[in-house]
Amino acid sequence: MDNIAGQNQGGRLAVNITVVILVLLWLLPTIGLFVSSFRDRDQISNSGWWQAPFAVDLNFRARVAADGMREEGGVFILEGNVFDDPALVQNFPDGEGVVAAYGTRAVAPDEFTAGEVSELRGGGTITVERDGRYRVESPEEISRGPTLYFEARTPPKFTLANYRTVLFADGMDRAFINTLTVTIPATIIPILIAAFAAYALAWMDFPGRGLLIAAVVGLLVVPLQLALVPLLKLHTDVGIGQSFFGIWLAHTGFGLPLAVYLLRNYMVGLPRDIIESAKVDGATDFQIFVRIILPLSFPALASFAIFQFLWTWNDLLVAKVFLPSGAESQVMTVKIADDLLGSRGGDWGILATAAFVSIAVPLLVFFTMQRYLVRGLLAGSVK
Amino acid sequence: MSPILQGIVTIIIGVGGCVGYFYASNLILDKVIFPARGAHIGRNINRANKVRPWLFLFPAIFALSLYLVYPVIGSFYRSLFDRSGMGFIGLGNYFDLMREGTFRTAVFNNLLWVLFVPALATFLGLLVAQLTDRLSWGNIAKSLIFMPMAISFVGASLIWKFVYSANPDIGILNSMRDFFGMAPVDPVQIPFWNNFFLMFILVWIQTGFAMVILSAALRGIPEETIEAAIIDGANPFQVFFSIKVPQIMGTIVVVWTTITILVLKVFDIVYTMTGGNFGTHILPSYMMTYMFRDDGRATAVAFVIMILVLPVMVWNIRQARKEMR
Repeated sequence: MDNIAGQNQGGRLAVNITVVILVLLWLLPTIGLFVSSFRDRDQISNSGWWQAPFAVDLNFRARVAADGMREEGGVFILEGNVFDDPALVQNFPDGEGVVAAYGTRAVAPDEFTAGEVSELRGGGTITVERDGRYRVESPEEISRGPTLYFEARTPPKFTLANYRTVLFADGMDRAFINTLTVTIPATIIPILIAAFAAYALAWMDFPGRGLLIAAVVGLLVVPLQLALVPLLKLHTDVGIGQSFFGIWLAHTGFGLPLAVYLLRNYMVGLPRDIIESAKVDGATDFQIFVRIILPLSFPALASFAIFQFLWTWNDLLVAKVFLPSGAESQVMTVKIADDLLGSRGGDWGILATAAFVSIAVPLLVFFTMQRYLVRGLLAGSVK
Repeated sequence: MSPILQGIVTIIIGVGGCVGYFYASNLILDKVIFPARGAHIGRNINRANKVRPWLFLFPAIFALSLYLVYPVIGSFYRSLFDRSGMGFIGLGNYFDLMREGTFRTAVFNNLLWVLFVPALATFLGLLVAQLTDRLSWGNIAKSLIFMPMAISFVGASLIWKFVYSANPDIGILNSMRDFFGMAPVDPVQIPFWNNFFLMFILVWIQTGFAMVILSAALRGIPEETIEAAIIDGANPFQVFFSIKVPQIMGTIVVVWTTITILVLKVFDIVYTMTGGNFGTHILPSYMMTYMFRDDGRATAVAFVIMILVLPVMVWNIRQARKEMR
């Protein structure tokens, strides 16, 4: 509808700007997570992710060694460079940096600006220059070098350390595999069961068909919460208990109404001629289903597979109830919500990375198969 | 056996079992029970065709009854018993719930969610669908707004934890407040309004869904109606509100109800963001506080959710039946 009258240039601009704002609002939170997952822990807590490309002022501590002391006209002098401290080699690999401010107390690391002369508590003075050179002057012999605190510009630093921690130390690798283990059978098994039922509901005539379809539509909206207690008890009674097998069955059951509904809606739209001519040629229902309906329904099958995949991958509720709570069977959502948020609550880098690891696969599926997803959504909504 | 191997075996058994069941049961029906030969060939074929639909339907009906129909009854039955499951207390659990302040808060919050989330998500979805319709980069914009659909509720909650963080160096909201010289606040701890900050996460996820469906509906509007309106001198707003919206009203209602149903199920967001603290409980998250501790209460809460869903369910079924006629 490009030709709508009454659309002036100003209107077009307003539309463009509104959409840009909406898109940014929708995109920025995820970008923030993505950027944060690559940032250094200290940098995250000292500047927002939107400042990630810029240098940050971070606080450091340097020990002044007392062994380089010399005496000049009754004054004891200690000189050196804060960036030479071996403990800082990680942050300043080439031994250079810019000191913005310094202090002699941990509570006030930015008490004095660089170049300013300040009094030491034990008597004497100290100066730290912008390039990190310091000079301590004391009337008495210095037995123990003072500890310096300083604030230095640090260049933006991106690292994969968070990913290493999350994947190899925090057990997220195990959770990833568990999620995959839950997801794949739970996606594949319901498809076949639903496809046969959908074919019967779409192309076979029998009494009670309308009632069954209505029942499927009704079951679409039954809240999962109802199923938790009775089914867990049932699983325990028959000996499945909390296990992968149990969660596959549960996901299969919960996914079936949507699968049957979606596939039936699609199959009903297939051309009647093909099916009838196959029948005339003597094909049985089973043959028609396997040779004709299944291949023709591929788009609907793909749609449902994507839905079920996203749903089982992202599920927290079913996994919490139907899987044992130990680390060896935790899926990623449970791992993040129950484990990491508690134990790593303040460690934003780790949280961001864990979240990103867990959403990476669904995002990939989403962007590669968006076509089928949209088609499925359109078929699945009662119009 | 490792879970992966177990998974592969299950896939093989599951898929093989399904195919085997359908193939074998059809074969037995056609060759053994009602063979299409002999004296009663016609009668046998007819009978076989009467039985066959139920062969096709049996696994699905079995799984659906066991995993969705039985739980509705089972949950209600269980909710009539006390914590141990031995003592019958009638509606005692429900009365106990009514007396509990947290339950009333959860019901109240849940009503807020049900009113606010579908309304805002549908409105924003419609807005985006309309605005992007004529943009050259509309499809990219749509795709990006649709993206949160793929993200888990837990992942989305974490994403928004970053946005809402009280630390101005992490939360972008508080960083803006900081910029204007205001003290940082923690949005999830402001009484009452924190609910809306949590709701917005779900709106953020669901807007894409509303947009996709409504966008298709907008495209389906016959162009003549719009052209006629323009010729009659309608301005863009009139075209939108008086011509387009009434024509897609059915779809808007469908989107609205679908999101409403979802709202009544989602517990992940509250669970991850606040754990129900600061007066943010909704029924699904409130139920989880009883799960594994008091099955009687847990099922009672679940059944309250079921009652809330019931009107939508009835409406859906009626729509579907109307459609089939």
